[in-house]
Amino acid sequence: MSATQPKTPIVSVARAEKPKTASSPVDYAKAPVNANLTPEQKLGFLADMLRIRRFEQASLKLYQQGKMGGFLHLYIGQESVAVGTCALMGPNDHAITAYRDHGHALVVGMSMNECMAELLGKATGCSKGKGGSMHFFAPDKRYWGGHGIVAGQTPLGLGIAFALKYKGLKGCCLAYLGDGAVNQGVFHESLNLASLWNIPVVYIIENNQYSMGTSLARSSAIKSCLAERAAGYDMDWDLVNGENLYEVRAKTWDAMERAREKCKPCVLEIDTYRYYGHSVADANAKKYRSPEEIEFYKQNHDPITLWENRLKEEGVATDEIIAKIDKAAKEETAASVQFAEDSPFPEVQDIFDDIYYEVDMGTEAGKTGRHFFND
Amino acid sequence: MPVITYRQALNDAFAEELERDENVFLMGEEVAEYNGAYKVTEGLWKRFGDKRVIDTPISEAGFIGLGVGAAMMGLRPVMELMFWSFAYVAYDQIINNAGCVRYMSGGLINCPLVIRGPANGGTNVGATHSHTPENFFANTPGLKVVCPATPYDAKGLMKTAIRDNDPVCFMENTLLYGDQGEVPEGEYLIPIGVADVKREGTDVSLIAHGRAVLTSLAAAHRLHEEFNISAEVVDLRSIRPLDEQTILDSVRKTHRAVLVDENKPFCGVSSQIATMIQEHAFDDLDAPIQRVCSLDAPAIYSPPIEKQQLPTADRVIQKVLAVC
Ligand SMILES: Cc1ncc(C[n+]2csc(CCOP(=O)(O)OP(=O)(O)O)c2C)c(N)n1
Ligand SMILES: [Mg+2]
Repeated sequence: MSATQPKTPIVSVARAEKPKTASSPVDYAKAPVNANLTPEQKLGFLADMLRIRRFEQASLKLYQQGKMGGFLHLYIGQESVAVGTCALMGPNDHAITAYRDHGHALVVGMSMNECMAELLGKATGCSKGKGGSMHFFAPDKRYWGGHGIVAGQTPLGLGIAFALKYKGLKGCCLAYLGDGAVNQGVFHESLNLASLWNIPVVYIIENNQYSMGTSLARSSAIKSCLAERAAGYDMDWDLVNGENLYEVRAKTWDAMERAREKCKPCVLEIDTYRYYGHSVADANAKKYRSPEEIEFYKQNHDPITLWENRLKEEGVATDEIIAKIDKAAKEETAASVQFAEDSPFPEVQDIFDDIYYEVDMGTEAGKTGRHFFND
Repeated sequence: MPVITYRQALNDAFAEELERDENVFLMGEEVAEYNGAYKVTEGLWKRFGDKRVIDTPISEAGFIGLGVGAAMMGLRPVMELMFWSFAYVAYDQIINNAGCVRYMSGGLINCPLVIRGPANGGTNVGATHSHTPENFFANTPGLKVVCPATPYDAKGLMKTAIRDNDPVCFMENTLLYGDQGEVPEGEYLIPIGVADVKREGTDVSLIAHGRAVLTSLAAAHRLHEEFNISAEVVDLRSIRPLDEQTILDSVRKTHRAVLVDENKPFCGVSSQIATMIQEHAFDDLDAPIQRVCSLDAPAIYSPPIEKQQLPTADRVIQKVLAVC
């Protein structure tokens, strides 16, 4: 198919099997992890999805105004994945992801202020302006980044989960990766080690159907399913319809429970879609998929709209309530933009902090020998 | 003082640190049941069990990455590479993750990890198994690189490396594992970043690390016996951090420097040291700085020839005679 021909929308397996609404043949709303949700909690998920979307829309604007450097990989369209999974984390559960990391960051509890300031390279950013969009971290919230090398984070997630087991803690690590990242060798090494040693890691493939401009059909030998690769390592796997928040929560919770209780690792493939280019600087955004395809997903599969509809059906939300939540998300976003714009940049001298712990802390070990070599 | 091998000195360091801190564990290919490809971890699995001494499949990127993640969580993994030559398979994990995670998190994370194993030529195993990558790793701010030459230094530096809160690349040498040396009983630590003058002298400074220290000592002995030249031998012990002061003090005393380095010459460790000396002690030099490195080609297999590819005492003496 040539790049200029209009493409028919690709509906991948998990979606094709299911009706195009948030309700599934299996009623995941009745799953134990969902059955007792309060209306406030359900509205909280909506609030978090809207917070991600408004935050990112604002960041896109700032990017277009030239206030940001480098890459900006937007999560818009995929919000239900971060909200459906990260919100399940308990006190011994951890998360790590790749460079499309803003959504997870906001769900684990990082503030919009520190995130927006990081995007603008400010000293008040979560990484003091040293990491940028791809490298958000909050170890106090058990969020370990934010990693720019495709699949490079996958063995780190394994190591985090290994440490939990080593310390005798009942927890797990949610380790996210993209549909392109499954083709990296280190991911497969990690799968083998996870299964061989029963490490409580839950790999979550966010299958948005593209790695940059390469569709799944052009990157994976097996086209119907990516998670099935786990079978090659004698490991559990499952497919998840990402637009159904109840399903995402139910299946992820099951995987987390198996990890926490039995140290059984798992690969989940969550079907999702991104609306914007791979990054904002994606010059070919319009070449590898058609505007019709994007529009189709926005109209029929938008996770926020579907959740809103579901909550309205349940009598949990009204247009008024939704508008109020959205307004709050917009206000929080606007305040974060203000905060970020008002914040100072780091100083040139700050370049030399945060390289060696021992130097930063002024320990004896940090004082012996020369650590830096600028003439 | 007891005399033990370099291998035993490392083994003792592991045993003491495993005993001392629950969070320390050893991991790598053949480190446990097989007792280590070079027997450096002999007996430790038997003594400390499956939890603390762990055999891995052949997955350097996977298990080194696991070590980085575990270190971020506060464990103190000691990861063995059967050869440092295999580090290239795990390069991304070492450079991008161990080396950069602290910086990119604005100092929120640290990575108390030791990656260790032999890094040397001279064993006739061909180019793929004979790399000396200390310059590659020392080139990454965020990593530390340690290269001990003697059993005493190996033990004291290993214990310090395990307790250090930053990632340390610890480069040993298969040709040194059997070397004997005096090692005191009981606990001692050697700080990383402090060089050691292994032989005092007045006419020329031989500056080296790892096995090149022993080559330099042999050369210094002959220079004294055959040419009445008094050579000082400075053992760097660690490449990063680097003990600049001891290097400069020695050069200011002898006014001549010959750098001896099993690294390749182009962009190798000695290039950095030469730059440093000319920047800070140019006026103290009575002669151009000389270098003796591995000959600039992939490591040759042919046993008698590979000996010539590495720095030899003869080549060191030639360079010294050229400036003394
Ligand atoms: C090792 C490596 N190779 C290539 C890249 C450049 N790159 C960044 S993201 C990306 C696509 C990855 O796609 P996917 O895993 O599906 O994640 P998504 O962007 O869809 O979230 C590529 C090729 C990189 N960052 N790291
Ligand atoms: Mg993708």
